[in-house]
Amino acid sequence: MDHQANPPGAAAHSEGVQHPLRIYLWIWVLLFVLSTFSYFTDFIERGPLRWSLIITFMLLKAGFIVAIFMHMAWERLALKLAILLPPLALLVLIALMAIEGDYTFLTRLASFVQ
Amino acid sequence: MTQQSGTALEGLQGASADWSADKQSFTVPWGKAMMWIFLLSDTFIFSCFLTGYMNVRMSTTEKWPDPSHVFALQVGGVDVPLLLIAIMTFVLITSSGTMALAVNFGYRRDRKKTALLMFATALLGVTFVSMQAFEWTKLIVEEGIRPWGNPMGAAQFGSVFFMITGFHGLHVTGGVIYLGIVAKRVLNGFYDRKGTYETVEVAGLYWHFVDLVWVFIFAFFYLW
Repeated sequence: MDHQANPPGAAAHSEGVQHPLRIYLWIWVLLFVLSTFSYFTDFIERGPLRWSLIITFMLLKAGFIVAIFMHMAWERLALKLAILLPPLALLVLIALMAIEGDYTFLTRLASFVQ
Repeated sequence: MTQQSGTALEGLQGASADWSADKQSFTVPWGKAMMWIFLLSDTFIFSCFLTGYMNVRMSTTEKWPDPSHVFALQVGGVDVPLLLIAIMTFVLITSSGTMALAVNFGYRRDRKKTALLMFATALLGVTFVSMQAFEWTKLIVEEGIRPWGNPMGAAQFGSVFFMITGFHGLHVTGGVIYLGIVAKRVLNGFYDRKGTYETVEVAGLYWHFVDLVWVFIFAFFYLW
């Protein structure tokens, strides 16, 4: 219905996509609720419960922002894969740096702390 | 032939056709594809900062200052933990919402509403940066936090804090300028003459990314 001004080819796909306002407003409300929840994790004592709740709310918020606000849910798989797969390499960096940080900590304990 | 089948196929078959066929791989405007690739590179930059933060926090033998106390605000004589940060989070989410609506109205070719919502987004961005400036001032002047040390514990706290929030604040500031320029062009009919409002969506991608990064900073730096 909104294709009249589109150049042929590339732009037609994405410009044709029109979503009702409702979905944005719902996601907006949802992000507010999730942010409130993640704020309240600050009142839980540090431990596995707090950390898992922080991660859960963080991933939910990030997921909704990328999928709905950034329209990733409506993109073709070729773009989804190109953008969403490479950051997984960061898990390797995080694992390596965690091992490294642990080693540095133990070395400091052994050498500098009486 | 491949062009037709490439755009028609869905799922994995479609992805493999998009990538392997002798044509453009991403069926989106080039500006949008380039913005996504830029954001991917920015993801790696922020992830390196956050991973570096994880490394120094794990390896220090000193106590890490507790962010809930460092960033508490006094309201009526009571310390409310992370109050300013919570407000900043809500301001940024609100700005993401107005930006999403701006993109939507852009595709409906509603010039006034699009520009208005974009200016609202930029204004919320300015609010966010102002609150951050207030927070930095409080930390530097009142709490004595420096990049090389602080009275509360591990010296790395300051350097990590100033680097990560500073880099994010720069992104917000850049985004405000970017949104201002695009909104001005929306208002003067530039995109009507161009025949497409995709630039508004591309600017929106950048803005949502800034919000996205804050989600991770909030979780890992302020709450952890």
